[in-house]
Amino acid sequence: MAEQYAIEMLNITKRFPGIIANDNITLQLKKGEIHALLGENGAGKSTLMSVLFGLYQPEEGIIKKDGVEVKINDPNDANALGIGMVHQHFKLVECFTVLDNIIMGVEPTKHGFLQKDEARKKVVELSKRYGLAVDPDAIIEDITVGMQQRTEILKMLYRENEILIFDEPTAVLTPQEISELMQIMKNLAAEGKSILFISHKLAEIMEVADRCSVLRKGKYIGTVETKSTTMEELSAMMVGRNVNFHVEKKPANVGDVILEVEDMTVASKVHKNNAVKNVSLKVRAGEIVCIAGIDGNGQTEFVHGLTGLEPIVSGKVTLCGNDISKAPIRDRNVLGMSHIPEDRHKHGLVLDYSLEDNLVLERYFEPEFTNKAGFLRRDNIRSYAEKIIEQYDVRSGQGPITMARSMSGGNQQKAIVGREIDKNPELLIAVQPTRGLDVGAIEYIHKQLVAQRDAGKAVLLVSLELDEVMDVPDRILVMYEGEIVGEFDPKTTTEEELGLYMAGAKRMEVKA
Amino acid sequence: MKKNIWRTNGMQSLIASMICIILGLLIGYIVLLFINPSGAFTAILTIVKNFMTYGRANIRLKYFGSTLVKTAPLLMCALSILFSYKVGLFNIGCSGQFTAGACAALYAALKWGWGWLPCLLLAIIAGSVAGAIVGVLKSYCNVNEVISGIMLNWIILYGTNTILTAVKETASPYTMQMNSYGKKALLPSLGLGKLFSNNQYVTIAIPLSIIIAVLVMIVLDKTRFGYELRATGLNKNAAKYCGMKEKRNMILSLVISGALAGMGAAFFYLTGYEQWECTKASVPAMGFNGIAATFLGGLNPIGTIFASFFIQHITLGGAYVDKTMYCSQISDLIAAIIIYLCGFVLFLKLTMNKLIDKAEEKKGGKN
Ligand SMILES: Nc1ncnc2c1ncn2[C@@H]1O[C@H](COP(=O)(O)OP(=O)(O)OP(=O)(O)O)[C@@H](O)[C@H]1O
Ligand SMILES: [Mg+2]
Repeated sequence: MAEQYAIEMLNITKRFPGIIANDNITLQLKKGEIHALLGENGAGKSTLMSVLFGLYQPEEGIIKKDGVEVKINDPNDANALGIGMVHQHFKLVECFTVLDNIIMGVEPTKHGFLQKDEARKKVVELSKRYGLAVDPDAIIEDITVGMQQRTEILKMLYRENEILIFDEPTAVLTPQEISELMQIMKNLAAEGKSILFISHKLAEIMEVADRCSVLRKGKYIGTVETKSTTMEELSAMMVGRNVNFHVEKKPANVGDVILEVEDMTVASKVHKNNAVKNVSLKVRAGEIVCIAGIDGNGQTEFVHGLTGLEPIVSGKVTLCGNDISKAPIRDRNVLGMSHIPEDRHKHGLVLDYSLEDNLVLERYFEPEFTNKAGFLRRDNIRSYAEKIIEQYDVRSGQGPITMARSMSGGNQQKAIVGREIDKNPELLIAVQPTRGLDVGAIEYIHKQLVAQRDAGKAVLLVSLELDEVMDVPDRILVMYEGEIVGEFDPKTTTEEELGLYMAGAKRMEVKA
Repeated sequence: MKKNIWRTNGMQSLIASMICIILGLLIGYIVLLFINPSGAFTAILTIVKNFMTYGRANIRLKYFGSTLVKTAPLLMCALSILFSYKVGLFNIGCSGQFTAGACAALYAALKWGWGWLPCLLLAIIAGSVAGAIVGVLKSYCNVNEVISGIMLNWIILYGTNTILTAVKETASPYTMQMNSYGKKALLPSLGLGKLFSNNQYVTIAIPLSIIIAVLVMIVLDKTRFGYELRATGLNKNAAKYCGMKEKRNMILSLVISGALAGMGAAFFYLTGYEQWECTKASVPAMGFNGIAATFLGGLNPIGTIFASFFIQHITLGGAYVDKTMYCSQISDLIAAIIIYLCGFVLFLKLTMNKLIDKAEEKKGGKN
């Protein structure tokens, strides 16, 4: 008898306007295995998973569960078949509590009344059993992305799903949270649950997955056993060439101070203490400075203070000799500040604007894009957008007129990165610029950051990714509980040493 | 892949609006059946026919003109609501801004004997000030625009009643006749009235309101200002991130909304078609019907022109229903039912999209 598969997706084709997102793809998921799905940005991974979850209907192809053909019309059907999904961009109700989000749609009731205590018991029990620490009464918008994700996982477990889909779960997590998640996934698989796991991080796939299927531009390339393959082989399968994981760069040629921060303090939104305490630092022309640290140690607030998204409590920020401590955001931009934001959906894009309109989001008022009478110069916007799309390989169904909402996560990110770098800023603030990008795109973005530096610009990188922290910058500053606790030269330090500082076990006096 | 024409936004809006209208008429008909089955069909027909009930062509034309006279202010209110809606605000205070405009226009016309242009400008200013109050409260004190709008509606209503008492007829609660006491302030007709069998109320207000609808569309779609406003409405955080002044934009959009509503009031009261009743216990319905016209028009300024006309058409048509069979409120009731259903356009569009998805799927499965 042929091997029993938990899920078979056979010859699936799904088209969108202007693009075949899935072209005759076959995917077979064994019971109790962790199956990774790998592919470039826009290869069609999220689309394929959305088909399985009933969000999209394929034009062709069938889905079998335990060898029997099934029809999945909507997520309710998927749920009834025991299929659960954690989306690339979470789908939680921001102003509800964790508990409410978990039980939403399957609330236990008695005579029409909610039985929340029962639900709470079950949630607490599940959270203990799988080591998914959450506070059931916290409001979603107040908690970290890590906890939001654990909420999403609990949502699946609460519904007793057997097939678990994780769409890029690790892109937003800290290294610690990632290793916890890996362990959780292994435990779930050991219990007989079958897992589909999307990630751009090859090391994760090698560690946790049993098999890996590769997609490229909507087509199925092949499936390999992770035991008998290498990261190089996987990346070659995925992008069709060898990818250089290391950033090549010349020694830095450091010039004048571009950004100077003196004693900056920024209030926290969640607690009474300040999130950033008396931080001072300098970034010079021709260098890349990286702020490293565990998520939630004030990096976000520091960047918000720097870019003007939040007011600062005290301190002084100087950009190219201009005091911008209280300057409006537009002035900072015009003075030469660019900002790749941490949250691409919240700040980076107007999702219901077209790609071209998003690409001029910070430049629409310039004479090139608006004439003297205040009318937009549509043709210039179009050609500018086409240039960035081409240069940064932003893939989408319909080019400049594609709605940003319909683009794949990685391509949304590439659009933002392209927009910010192309402004040719004096200071580029890049917060997690490669989040959610495939290895090829990461390589390209890193090269661009180095090119900015070599062109004599200042780059401030904020990253949670240790590989990126060690590889890209010329100088590393570690932030812990809102303070700079260490400065390092990436050539002479080790990941272990950084780890000690990031965890607050050691600190040194740092002069700006 | 070829584009499905049923997918285009304009087409969908049009169909959804048509369905809403038909549904509204149907439900109206059913209500009439319940009240008095024998006259129901004639009654609903009367409503739909409006001025067409008249046999003589020149009378038809005249009453067609009257429908247009009432369409112009409604269109302005609909544009007012549409404008702030694009910025993500719901300008329920439109009625109050309309009232403020009426107050300013009538007072200046009847008390000070101003000409029509200064009266019109004053009405615009009054409306914008009313809008600005809501905008400032929203931006700087984070007061919900719906709440403050409704509150302000009442304040403006009673304020207006008080102020206009100074220019009312001694024997009635109505303000003095424009064509005897405020002649200078009557909007010029430029011969338009002649086209409608000498309907004296047909003025430049009608073409002006249409021109303004076109202007609103141009501003929203083609200018930097419109780009900013829409971005603010769609994602406030992104607007802030890229340095747009979201607070200023919110206030500005409400000021413009108010100006449009105030102008609408001048377009109506400066024709002399109706007098203000100083004992009014509620703001004019124009502002609320504007909401229906906005949605029925598919949130498109041009669509709004036709939607406003339709709503006034059936409202006026209701007046012709046989009062021996139905009580006199029936016309308002039926019109209200139809207008209420007009609000369902967006919902219908969603449903239609789902149906198309299903249909495409079936086709896709076969080949
Ligand atoms: N709802 C949609 N409407 C139109 N096009 C879409 C839609 N969803 C996805 N696409 C297009 O389909 C293609 C595949 O997108 P998908 O999100 O599946 O990519 P992905 O492999 O998940 O990429 P990433 O790694 O960037 O998340 C993209 O080119 C995208 O523009
Ligand atoms: Mg994806």
